[in-house]
Amino acid sequence: MTALLELDDLSVTYRIAAGEVPAVRGVSLSLDSGAALGVAGESGSGKSTLAMALLRLLPRDARVGGRILLDGEDVLTMKWGRLRAVRWAEASIVFQGAQHGLNPVQRIGDQIAEPLLVHDLVKPDGARKRVAELLEQVGLPTWRAGSYPHELSGGQRQRVMIAMALACSPRLIVADEPTTALDVMVQAQVLTLIKQLIAEHGISLIMISHDLSVLADVCDRLAIMYAGRVVENGPSREVFHDARHPYGRALAAAFPTVGDPASRLAPRGLGGDPPDPMRLPTGCSFHPRCPVALAECSTLDVELWPAGEARSAACVHVRAKEEIS
Amino acid sequence: MTETRAAGGEPRAPEDAPPAAEGDVRVPEDAPPDAETATTEPTRRGTLLEARDVHVEFPSRGRRARAVDGVNLAIGEGEIVALVGESGCGKTTLARTLLGLERPTSGSVVYGGAPLDYGSRSLKAHRREVQLVLQDPTGSLNPRHTVYEAVAEGPRIHGLPDEQEVVATALAKAGLRPPERFFLRYPHELSGGQRQRVVIAGALALNPKVLVADEPVASLDASVRGEILALMLGLRDDLGLSALVVTHDLGLAWNIADRVAVMYLGRIVESGPVEQVLTAPRHPYTQALLSVLPESPERVVLTGEPPDPTRIPGGCRFHARCQVLASGRAAEAGVDGRCRSEPLAVLPAVSGAQVACHYAEVTS
Repeated sequence: MTALLELDDLSVTYRIAAGEVPAVRGVSLSLDSGAALGVAGESGSGKSTLAMALLRLLPRDARVGGRILLDGEDVLTMKWGRLRAVRWAEASIVFQGAQHGLNPVQRIGDQIAEPLLVHDLVKPDGARKRVAELLEQVGLPTWRAGSYPHELSGGQRQRVMIAMALACSPRLIVADEPTTALDVMVQAQVLTLIKQLIAEHGISLIMISHDLSVLADVCDRLAIMYAGRVVENGPSREVFHDARHPYGRALAAAFPTVGDPASRLAPRGLGGDPPDPMRLPTGCSFHPRCPVALAECSTLDVELWPAGEARSAACVHVRAKEEIS
Repeated sequence: MTETRAAGGEPRAPEDAPPAAEGDVRVPEDAPPDAETATTEPTRRGTLLEARDVHVEFPSRGRRARAVDGVNLAIGEGEIVALVGESGCGKTTLARTLLGLERPTSGSVVYGGAPLDYGSRSLKAHRREVQLVLQDPTGSLNPRHTVYEAVAEGPRIHGLPDEQEVVATALAKAGLRPPERFFLRYPHELSGGQRQRVVIAGALALNPKVLVADEPVASLDASVRGEILALMLGLRDDLGLSALVVTHDLGLAWNIADRVAVMYLGRIVESGPVEQVLTAPRHPYTQALLSVLPESPERVVLTGEPPDPTRIPGGCRFHARCQVLASGRAAEAGVDGRCRSEPLAVLPAVSGAQVACHYAEVTS
């Protein structure tokens, strides 16, 4: 299968008054056509920066290195006109916090029609029909086209955002925490919708979240980020149930399975705090919080290492195990 | 058997007097509020904080929103109760009412056996005993106050002596050690988890008996979440603190709560020990909530959003979204007519498992 998207040693550094902030430090990932990839990590891990970098939506003070190949074409070297054509039409983004992503004084239908008209995909009179079609796809009644965002609930607004992302029939959708602010039941509705859309339209998906259980549910593969790097990568069920990196294990345990006696009255967390990207620890950046750190971890920076079939993890324990076997 | 609308349509209950609420379907435990009968329930550890047939209504666009529509809920000494439900179900309003921040339209809040008095002096005393921990630590801390000032605010208002020692002890209890190192820090210098610890320290500074925590970890990172929950569990074990945790996260209830109450559209529809309710839920709504958790085998995704508290449906308030009714199972059991027309009784404040569902009543 050919990769629709390939990140090759992607790095993003923000230059701020106090110095340089390395937010993404050499990430290589690939996404097959029609597949869904989950990117997990906590705030400051660089996961949202990564999402924004995919379509060159980062602020000016960000310096981006490496390559982002979308269908073999490097997004980072695209001419402005080509980039505009690619945004929405080939890849679109669903942001978190649907209430801020919509214009409060414009009707829903007009907002969904905007990318269609900008990209000359429909004539103004055809737009109405396409908008109705899109609303139907995301499970909203077509009369909602005439509503304003404040007349909708949070879940409905998130559906509108998804309709906008679908408008130009892109091949890739990047969803940044699409369900974070939503209630459990509404979250389930939106996730069901996303799963159904990627299955029916063959759209590829990159979904970003701090909730491993949600990602494992929707995505085929999971990449776990810590301090700007991917520390674990593999098929989502396996990563979720049997992470090889200690950070992956901590993240998976943070969301307990109801009914699992091991987590009953025993919340599990991880001591310490995420590192300050301007003052990253030496060696493995996870070692100060790592429950299984060895002496060498404070000096040795371990790269991603094979950890089973189609899996990799950046941990000295994984490397030791693989070297023995 | 019909539930009277009297309580709902009544004007505001006279101050301080327990409402008569005559005609409401009541179970014996929930006899008309009377301070002396409060602790006579045999099966529970001493009740500390209790809502008795609480109704809270708000005007909403010319109508009345029944945010809390008849709730009995008791929190025992050293007990952690999780109040679970979707946004708009009234769980936050109920929590605010227990704190004395909202005044019930009818019904009463009972603390330590005595009904809450809404005079300003007794409210101040109540809020010292029952402390609030909010969801977003960034929003609940003043960015221009140091950690010391943030934690000292409560003790100053209540005129506690030995302020510095009180602050240091509270910070240490909240896991910020050594406390002196944090005195002069500002919120922006702390991580999200540390900020939430400062908020909890602010609550602990007054030596409360009960913490009311509204989504205490919803805005925190996954890895920090467990640490804050472990802190709350530790406070219960070490200090005997009770807690009401308001959340939409059933995993959180599983992690720390002894008992869970599931709220839907202003009412508690199922409650009981966490193990029982979350592993063998009886109310279709609880079943649906559990079924959408990522690990569960078969999903029941309810359509629509929770209905409007200004238009609570007749019959069982959940019937319009109920999957058991929609699938015909209720009809098979011969209760579909009752689901649509017969309101359910308000559940009493007992600690055993109970459910307000016609179908569950006839099938179990």
